[in-house]
Amino acid sequence: MEILTILIPVSLFLGAIGLGFFIWSLKTRQFEDPTGDANRILTKDYDDKPKV
Amino acid sequence: MSNAEASFDSEHASPAACAACGVTPSAEALAAPGGPQKARLMFSLPTSHCATCISTVEGAIAGFPGVQSARLNLTMKRVSVDADATVSAAQLIDVLKGVGYEAYDLDPGLLSNTETDRQSRELLMRLGVAFFSMMNVMLLSVAVWSGAEDATRDLFHLISGAIAIPTIAFAGQPFFKSAWAGLKVGRLGMDFPISLALVLASSISVFETIKSGHHAYFDAAVMLCFFLLLGRYLDHRTRAVARSAAEELAALEVPRATVVVGGVEVVRPISEVVAGDLVRVRPGGRMPVDGVVTEGASEVDRSLLTGESLPVFVGAASIVSAGEVNLTGPLTLRVTAAGRDSSLHRMAELVAVAEAAKTRYTTLAERAASWYSPLVHTLSFGAFGFWMWKTGGDLRFAINISAATLIITCPCALGLAVPAVVTSASGKLFRRGLLIKHGTALERLAEVDTVVFDKTGTLTLGAPEPLNLSQISLQDLALAAALAEASSHPLAVSLAASVRALGIQPAEVSDLTERPGYGVEGRHKGRVVRLGRASWCHGQDAAMTATYLATGQGSPIAITFTDRLRPGAEATIAALTAQGMRIRLISGDTEGAVSELAQRLGIADWTSGALPAEKASLVRMMTDQGAKVLMVGDGLNDTAALAAAHVSISPATALDAARTASDIVLLGQDMAPIGDATRIARQATRRMIENFGISAAYNLIAVPLALVGAATPLAAALAMSLSSITVSLNAMRLR
Repeated sequence: MEILTILIPVSLFLGAIGLGFFIWSLKTRQFEDPTGDANRILTKDYDDKPKV
Repeated sequence: MSNAEASFDSEHASPAACAACGVTPSAEALAAPGGPQKARLMFSLPTSHCATCISTVEGAIAGFPGVQSARLNLTMKRVSVDADATVSAAQLIDVLKGVGYEAYDLDPGLLSNTETDRQSRELLMRLGVAFFSMMNVMLLSVAVWSGAEDATRDLFHLISGAIAIPTIAFAGQPFFKSAWAGLKVGRLGMDFPISLALVLASSISVFETIKSGHHAYFDAAVMLCFFLLLGRYLDHRTRAVARSAAEELAALEVPRATVVVGGVEVVRPISEVVAGDLVRVRPGGRMPVDGVVTEGASEVDRSLLTGESLPVFVGAASIVSAGEVNLTGPLTLRVTAAGRDSSLHRMAELVAVAEAAKTRYTTLAERAASWYSPLVHTLSFGAFGFWMWKTGGDLRFAINISAATLIITCPCALGLAVPAVVTSASGKLFRRGLLIKHGTALERLAEVDTVVFDKTGTLTLGAPEPLNLSQISLQDLALAAALAEASSHPLAVSLAASVRALGIQPAEVSDLTERPGYGVEGRHKGRVVRLGRASWCHGQDAAMTATYLATGQGSPIAITFTDRLRPGAEATIAALTAQGMRIRLISGDTEGAVSELAQRLGIADWTSGALPAEKASLVRMMTDQGAKVLMVGDGLNDTAALAAAHVSISPATALDAARTASDIVLLGQDMAPIGDATRIARQATRRMIENFGISAAYNLIAVPLALVGAATPLAAALAMSLSSITVSLNAMRLR
């Protein structure tokens, strides 16, 4: 059962990384235009001035 | 006009739709000379829908000289352009038209939805946090369910608690706040049992963990939080989309007037125009105020105010009212009433009366909550009392049962049942070009059994179409086309386009001059030729919309026009009739025009010459007779009727007063989605009721288990997630 002392922190840490990325994506406003973003990957134009 | 509509909005629409909030700054920004060199322009593009649209639109705009960048937001169907101040909106609208998109100019100052934005991001953040801790607590709980014992179980409970308690404190805030707000005014809403369940479950679990008990409900509490937040988020998003759309519609019209001060034209916001000012209105512009014509002659289109499709001649001393469209010549008005005093505002009072008479609609969810809330509390406290008595005062056991009952009956599925369906249905309708402005509009639309249409601008486009070209000789047509091309009068524009479409080359006419309010005059083979009003061309006035061609030989020729049908009008009427709806046409136009259209569309029940108040009272009369009326209209004369009806639809081209009063807005030109909308609304309501049934069924199985004390945390978790998932899947079944 000693393995738990490693596994539980590890799993929590991995989960926290996911949460961190989610919060980052929220802060960088990646949910503003879900439909547009889904479609944008299909465009063939080369975007030389990508928006941040 | 601004003040009139501002008060309109603040009284009857969501505050976000209030035109007044953004009008002043934006108008100032526009009037300010020598402002920043860069400007942001926004356009609404209702027909954009795919990846190709993105490249086409952005490419077309970026290629325009002076444009720095353009970005199309497909979710909002809106394109924002950063450009030099020299680039005008009209130029870009033409560019977009050139690549096949109808575009509408928006006022970026009005589109300040930062507050809604922040709220939505906050909710999403809470949802994300709840999801993270739900997943972790679930993992730990699986171990406990599969038989972890003693120290392991206590450790797992402890870790779960350490994750769950902060999560509930953070993610549960919307529920706690709303429950507290309800409690302060003495009202128990859905949020009170939710908050109670969250608090009770957390505290009993903390207690059990300390006492190293068997059951802790951390998983259930966090899961409850997650599913309810999901419902809340969907609900919020639907409403935010509708709200931003309402803002968008308000931004469509920027109320300004060109005031003549000491011989110089100054553009001013309407709110600063006072009686006695001189206002100039260009051909094609809308009267911003009530006034008397002091200079110029023209024709005005009153269709939005009265429903008349025939333009009316105005000259010096004619009285015009706000909202009328000036057609041919420039006019200078002496303002008699602006803002609050204008005729537009008097119409607003009519709407206020109609709205007051409209009974408040109780939604399905509200009806469900009204019997649900007391039931849950009774059950939970009943169980608590019974087990206290039965076990002879075992407080811990009794509270455990009571908490389990609360958790299991908690309206997870109930909280998702309506938002999931509404999101799914309004998304579907939005893709078809209908925008649900009001939260309960969908449910009300499902109950409709009578549809009332307005004529001008609703069933017809208000765009004329020549009728009798085939009876006119080719030479005369060529002559008429040549004259018509010199004018921007709608009849002339339509005539010129139709003759060209027949492949006829316009004749050669010299000395073309437009006489505003009368017509066009020119010289052809030495003779004076005229195209215009009957009296000016020495002709007999026909009963229909017509223009006259005087060739200088014989009597003038009448070219008659009919209003062009809105695309999809026939299909809509057919679809609604097939659904068993009673269809009625109520118009302010003349009998001839209305009966002709009614025959063309096969509407048996029609009324002509109806005044605005009569329209509203006809709708109210039908409502009193038990009919649920759907009113479709666009004009100011329809506004009161739109407000009086059970549910109402107006096209995006309508005056903003009408759009404000209506529940649903038709975004494109095509009217066919209305037929679909009623069908989808009915289906959506059926899904909602099914969803309530599903949650009730789950409760029927789980509640007895909880009451007898057989509900383990595992059972609670299963019941909750299964019912939530079934309900969401059922909502997505919408076709």
